Amino acid sequence: MSQRVRPELGMVLLYGVLVTGAMITVFPFAWMLLTSFKPFHEIFSLSFLPAEPTLENYAQVLLHTDYVRWYANSLIVASATTASVLFWDSLVGYTLAKLRFPGRNIIFVLILSTLMIPTEMLIIPWFVTSSELGWVDTYWGIAFPGIMTGFGVFLMRQFFQTLPDDLLDAGRIDGITEFGLFWRIALPLVRPALSALGIFTFLGNWNAYLWPLIVIQSKAMRTLPVGFALFSGEAGSEWNLIMAAASMAIVPVLAVFALFQRQIIEGVVLTGVKG
Amino acid sequence: MGRRRFGIRLSLNARQALWAYVFLLVPMAFFLYIRIWPAFQAFDLSLREWNIVGEVRTYVGGANYERLAGDPRFARALLNTLRYTVVGVPAQIVLGLAIALLLERVTRYRGLLRAVYFLPYMTPIVAAAWVWQWLYSPNFGPLNGFLDAIGMPAQPFLDSPAQALYAVTAVVVWQNLGFVVVIFLAGLQSISRTYYEAARIDGAGARALFLHITLPLLNPSIVFAVVIGTIQYLQLFTQVVNLNFTDQGGPLDSTLTIVLYIYKVAFQRFQMGQAAAATVVLFAIILSVTLFQLKVLSRRIEY
Repeated sequence: MSQRVRPELGMVLLYGVLVTGAMITVFPFAWMLLTSFKPFHEIFSLSFLPAEPTLENYAQVLLHTDYVRWYANSLIVASATTASVLFWDSLVGYTLAKLRFPGRNIIFVLILSTLMIPTEMLIIPWFVTSSELGWVDTYWGIAFPGIMTGFGVFLMRQFFQTLPDDLLDAGRIDGITEFGLFWRIALPLVRPALSALGIFTFLGNWNAYLWPLIVIQSKAMRTLPVGFALFSGEAGSEWNLIMAAASMAIVPVLAVFALFQRQIIEGVVLTGVKG
Repeated sequence: MGRRRFGIRLSLNARQALWAYVFLLVPMAFFLYIRIWPAFQAFDLSLREWNIVGEVRTYVGGANYERLAGDPRFARALLNTLRYTVVGVPAQIVLGLAIALLLERVTRYRGLLRAVYFLPYMTPIVAAAWVWQWLYSPNFGPLNGFLDAIGMPAQPFLDSPAQALYAVTAVVVWQNLGFVVVIFLAGLQSISRTYYEAARIDGAGARALFLHITLPLLNPSIVFAVVIGTIQYLQLFTQVVNLNFTDQGGPLDSTLTIVLYIYKVAFQRFQMGQAAAATVVLFAIILSVTLFQLKVLSRRIEY
């Protein structure tokens, strides 16, 4: 109505609001990055741009802390967990969707019920178990709670259900084993679901904080979030160092986002619609 | 020939079941031992007294729950968590819906703008929290620099018992917003244009279109965003810890949440039984809130 009279004014306003919001959203990143290039004596001056930009902060963090080790730890744990989740969640999802066997529904409900239990409730028993079995301060100890997920099983089951049974029956007649049917026929057909699940599992583990904080004890075993938090606490007000460490922590996430933007957005939508 | 086929068919069914059990062997062990059994262990532990050092876990009945009920810090944690949820969830739903509606109208740079809003959701919470700690810093932080520049008095933000909780909430909203926007954009795209066209022919205005078409048809997305958002706020921990790192839980426990309370009781005071009791309470809250929301929010409008 009134907007129709002056469409160009409405558009200018629309972009004005959206761009302002976007600038507010991005400001913390810009501040972080610019501070990371400032020498210590500049950080309290509140000027936006560094007067004498330096790479000294990055060198300090990389050379004088265990940062590289923490990075490697996070990569190892997140990659191994993601591989495990992709394999097991799709195998279980496939079995529940496509194989007929007694007890199928009970098992599905059992796995689904794990979605209702908050992680916090399991953490104390996990810690007890880890201590008893000697898993504290090991990669396995950090990773074991996440090697399969009820959510992934649910998601993959939904996707496998859309595959026609005839396809698998044809394979059975050709003498392909049940595992072969899953691995060679069904799995390649649900690649979009696999990439969404893989990206979210990796990011979730890359960013995990509460459980690693509890199960890690030595400095060398820290994952990036735990190492970063404790290092920042020690660094106190050396914001230039903290911002350099934060900038580096964000790099892999930015890379993943740039590469897989479409799958990530679709993954959010997928989980929203299916969840 | 016929007999053989019959025989193979039978064994095929049995073989399929056998394969299924082989496939499920390791996963069932995992889900039972790592996901379900520990939940019962938490219940059991909540009825016992155990300080982690000794082997002895004495059965004390409801004593841990009584201790929780009598602990003002637990009451504080409950109240704070409620505040976070009541402020944060509506804020991110309203802002997210507004941004999604605006984004839907623009044609150029929509992808870029959406990506920018989504960026915080991807960022490691720990790193983001430390950046915000610096932004909020009372003496040298850019936010107070900005307030000073426009002639406003400096604010203590995270250092003030009155402001800290809202300062934390703002960071969480900032971080979750992109997720909510994407959910709403997808929801909006699934609404068929024909509804709007038909309503316009009947003379409906923009307000009526929004209230009678967009909002009801967006209901599934809204339910999802509310339920997921609520669960996230009920489990708030990482931001709270890292935004007030030297004073975890904020000044006078003003930012303390249920999960941070559990962490402190279990791993700083080593009262495992009492901490387990708190996790059981958290479980009960999350379960009842989720079931309630799913029931009420999805029942209201059905098409």
